[in-house]
Amino acid sequence: MAIKSLKARDNELAIANKQLNILDGGIFAEGELPYFKDKIAEIGHFPLRPKKLEILQINVGYMCNQVCEHCHVDAGPDRKEIMTRETMMLCLEVIKNTGAHTLDLTGGAPEMNPDFRWFVEEAANAGIKDFIVRSNLTIIRANKKYYDLPEFFKKHNVHIISSMPHYTRGKTDKQRGDGVFDKSIKALQELNAVGYGMPDSNLKLDLVYNPSGAFLPGDQAAMERDFKKALKEDFSIDFHNLFAITNLPIARFLDYLIASGNYEDYMYALVEAYNPVAVSNVMCTNTISISWDGWLYDCDFNQMLGLKVASKVKHIKDYNEEVLNDRNIIISQHCYGCTAGAGSSCQGTVA
Amino acid sequence: MANSYYDPADLRKFGKITEWSEELGTKFFEYYGKVFEEGALSAREKSLIALAVSHVVKCPYCIDAYTKDGLQKGITKEEMMEAVHVGAAIESGATLVHGVQMMNKYDKLSM
Repeated sequence: MAIKSLKARDNELAIANKQLNILDGGIFAEGELPYFKDKIAEIGHFPLRPKKLEILQINVGYMCNQVCEHCHVDAGPDRKEIMTRETMMLCLEVIKNTGAHTLDLTGGAPEMNPDFRWFVEEAANAGIKDFIVRSNLTIIRANKKYYDLPEFFKKHNVHIISSMPHYTRGKTDKQRGDGVFDKSIKALQELNAVGYGMPDSNLKLDLVYNPSGAFLPGDQAAMERDFKKALKEDFSIDFHNLFAITNLPIARFLDYLIASGNYEDYMYALVEAYNPVAVSNVMCTNTISISWDGWLYDCDFNQMLGLKVASKVKHIKDYNEEVLNDRNIIISQHCYGCTAGAGSSCQGTVA
Repeated sequence: MANSYYDPADLRKFGKITEWSEELGTKFFEYYGKVFEEGALSAREKSLIALAVSHVVKCPYCIDAYTKDGLQKGITKEEMMEAVHVGAAIESGATLVHGVQMMNKYDKLSM
């Protein structure tokens, strides 16, 4: 069934503060579960501080051709927040001068930004080592104007990271919408055809798995084996790595957890799976997230919760890496999602 | 005390059994953890066996736990249901094979 974004539905969870109230209240306020702050204080990590900046993650807009049930961005076709070329130019200045080795473009579907190709061409010339685009795959098959994206990505040596919730049609379509599985398979085959994801290829193609429901991801290596075997046998598809990512309890996934009566159990599962080893490697310690309108955040999740960095430098126009790196990272109970089990980040497990 | 024998929230408290018998509780959970590690059987295969047994011993806590465990391991609902049928087949087979005892007895007692 086609759903709309929380924002288009006027759902109260479209308001970041409402989400934060839920995450700070209930079982945490009542003392049933410990606050994340107290948990990391036990191991001397409060306040949480950045390490060396490695990744610049730029969200070029919340518009997307899909409306996935679990989306933490609350993205969809009805979202009009799109990065302008002016803001992109500010980003390019930062990319040219940053100490980070990785540039990570995300969305929404980043390809839907009208200046996406211009931005990729410019950014590819900025000399960054690893240039990632998070593509949802179906966009490649969504419209004729996107059919040449595999060739375009190849030309600029872009590293593709794509979501694939399962290697079976039923689970994929339930989470991401009808027809998503078949389109994703076709898109993967087209990426393979130009060389992406092939065993010895330098054209990197990684997949992201995140659970389609109120449970945590299993062992990343075991899931990768299962995905590789099934996709190869059933569809002759190759890819490099699978990243298992935990769904964080914000935006549409939070709405789902509450509506399905799973919120408390899920928070218990996250807290029970808390792994102190993961804390020192959580992605907010090596990443800066930039929103479509140029604001700076500790991570994409904090961006969606409206939690701008606690620094004098809050906007790309004032960007200063040294000042920015001397800050305390803003945390709340959603952070348990990144420290559960083997940990979770946009690059997969961290512990 | 709760008004029902089974409370789903009690599953989270399973670890507390150690509080009243630390040595046995600790040994049990160490053993339990070891059993489910990857071995000659994969963790995935063990999860499906556990799910089937959970149904046979009719343990609601175990069913909740191993349905969730299966989802986490990417096990499909078709695989889960087949595992339940394996358990059910053995259980009904165990009933029916006693039919031979009944037949033996019947024959022995009959002229």
